[in-house]
Amino acid sequence: MAVLTPQRSAPDAGAAGREPRRLGFSQRLGRWDVKLSPYLYISPFFILFAVTGLFPLAYTAYVSVHDWSLLGGQGDFVGLTNFSDVLAQPTFWKSLGNTLSIFVLSSVPQVLVAITIAALLDQNLRAATFWRMGVLVPYVVAPVAVSMIFGRLFADQYGLINSILTLIGMDPIAWHGDRLASHLAIATMVNYRWTGYNALIFLAAMQAVPRELYEAAVIDGAGRIRQFFSVTVPQIRATIIFVVITSTIGGLQIFDEVRMFDVYGLGGPDQNWMTTVVYLYDLAWGDQHSLGRASAVAWLLFLLIILIGLINFLVTRRISTSDAAPKTTRKSSTRGNA
Amino acid sequence: MRRPVARTLQATAGVAAVALALTACGGGSDQGSGEDGPITLTVATFNDFGYTEEMLDAYTKEHPNVTVEHVKAATTDDARSNMTTKLAAGGEGLADIEAIEVDWLPELSQYPDLFTDLADPELEGRWVDWKVQQATTPEGKVIGYGTDIGPEAICYRSDLFEEAGLPTDREEVAELLGGEDATWEDYFAAGRKFVKKSDAAWYDSAAGTFQGMINQLPAAFEDPESGEPTDLAENTDVKDIYDEITASVDDDLSAGLEQWGDDWVAGFQADAFATMLCPAWMTGPIEQNSGGIEGWDIADVFPGGGGNWGGSFLTVPASGKNTEAAKELAAWLTAPEQQTKAFETSGTFPSQIEAQESEAVQSFTNEFFNDAPVGQIFSTRAQKIEGAPYKGAHYFAIRDEVTNALNRVDLTKSQTPDEAWDEAVEKAAALG
Repeated sequence: MAVLTPQRSAPDAGAAGREPRRLGFSQRLGRWDVKLSPYLYISPFFILFAVTGLFPLAYTAYVSVHDWSLLGGQGDFVGLTNFSDVLAQPTFWKSLGNTLSIFVLSSVPQVLVAITIAALLDQNLRAATFWRMGVLVPYVVAPVAVSMIFGRLFADQYGLINSILTLIGMDPIAWHGDRLASHLAIATMVNYRWTGYNALIFLAAMQAVPRELYEAAVIDGAGRIRQFFSVTVPQIRATIIFVVITSTIGGLQIFDEVRMFDVYGLGGPDQNWMTTVVYLYDLAWGDQHSLGRASAVAWLLFLLIILIGLINFLVTRRISTSDAAPKTTRKSSTRGNA
Repeated sequence: MRRPVARTLQATAGVAAVALALTACGGGSDQGSGEDGPITLTVATFNDFGYTEEMLDAYTKEHPNVTVEHVKAATTDDARSNMTTKLAAGGEGLADIEAIEVDWLPELSQYPDLFTDLADPELEGRWVDWKVQQATTPEGKVIGYGTDIGPEAICYRSDLFEEAGLPTDREEVAELLGGEDATWEDYFAAGRKFVKKSDAAWYDSAAGTFQGMINQLPAAFEDPESGEPTDLAENTDVKDIYDEITASVDDDLSAGLEQWGDDWVAGFQADAFATMLCPAWMTGPIEQNSGGIEGWDIADVFPGGGGNWGGSFLTVPASGKNTEAAKELAAWLTAPEQQTKAFETSGTFPSQIEAQESEAVQSFTNEFFNDAPVGQIFSTRAQKIEGAPYKGAHYFAIRDEVTNALNRVDLTKSQTPDEAWDEAVEKAAALG
């Protein structure tokens, strides 16, 4: 740029003298500043995104159409064979079913419980900060530690929960044998970790709701519960959507809890609790060492997340269009989607 | 106004390209940096190999120009994923000496170029033959020096034996289980007798017992000539073992615990089982899990002859900067003197013949196991091992399917033995 400027402005210099030339230059600088700077300021994100987001995505697609072993590296081009291999494996479909089941079992109760806790914390409590910090404690505990504690709770033969069940005369639950029971156990670990965190996000949103609305509601004769559904929930709708989307993404990528749920961390002898991410890990770093197939799974999972993201988007749009409608309509639509 | 934008982009692209090129070049290996210059060698191990600071300092005293750094991973899994990832990335960041477990060999020996050939005529006869054979690739390249081995005996609870009216003395127990010519039939028959009179099960886990039995087949899942997998549906050797174990599960011989799982750990305290297949290194975990329990003992017997479970090697990745010096250090660390010391520190049973015969190993007793002469017992067991089974590239994938089938019968009890076997056959066929 520096080299170019004098050359370009040289013809001007002879014709119009010193003063205008200087003005032109600084003007030009100013215009560059206005036009270029914004792009420069946002470029770090996009450069970073290209390196850490776009490139891996494209490279994974490249790997997925090759025979590619972890240690051996690139092999022959095989087209879509990896995809058809993976789609033909019952384990893939089973892992997909497990992922969705664990996701529903964790996300739904998580959002409902979090919003309830937040509503309770939003009341005038003694030692409010203590209670508010309290719900965040599980989030600070390392996931591996959580898994170890819950491993003791959910052990089949000598676990705490089964001991209590036997003590009160009930049949013990096969936490590692029954498919739904194992999903419940894993969802419990996820919920333990994330409910408090989400509750705090909800609480922050609730604190921002104008208190006059509640006063008006009280004057109109609304009870606590009516206030919650008719004032609180509609007012924090944007936050609800945010939490639903983040917990969806998290729910489709559950990994740590499954890895720690038993010794081998591969979803048990039936693959009863193997999630798709764990399946991907097993393909690449397990016995098969097939990075090609693992990349195919990664892309299939990516497409699935886009699909669910689209559904999320449509739901979101429906809610936000109803924003303009009168209060009663908004209430019913929120309920329908919650 | 366009040009500057294009220039900026070009400049950015240029910088990025240079950065990439630099990173790509980093993986190259260069030859030894002078014989006498000071060098640092890193040794990466896992769990506890018994290499103490004093031992490594002693090496520096003998070789003043060499400093040895020891990196320890907590678990074998950590060490394995760390090593395979770095090997895949061209060797950058690997230690000069990487310890590996015997189970990683089928995979690693497919890529012999990644490792320095450690063959050395001077070291012939240092190890038991099959240990060397395990680390030798089909082309005759030696990729690892043996450290320890896992000769198997039977560990048992003498207190539970007594309650059930069985003999408790370790020699009598050895006789009960068949003595010199013990077979798996004898072992399971004694178990059937035991469970009739006791609340405890006979052994801890069907999958663990299967591991001991399958290790006695010369070639369990693959044809050693071609390396191709044997069709599991027609693999009668494995099916026979599978049937024998599932029959014993039916007779309540198994405690139905998954080895290393929470229930298994708790099972030691809960008197869940009375015997265990016991490689030398297992004595450590048994003691750790059985706090407050007295009565563990070791019988000098193993069904079906000898058996080896586990054991490790030291390798020298070819990408290292000082592969010659590293090879020398690996040879020194696996010398009988050092491995005898390692055995005394951490109980890893040496694979070196001279170390096994040494006074220190022979006279070693274990207080927790009723003062059993473990050094002597495991030396005898080691001599019974006839060779290493063939394990090719498909071994673990197929074995895991059979193990999963056993766990579906034994652990989760979700299938009958026949259903579980059929599913294993189907899944093994889909591995491809």
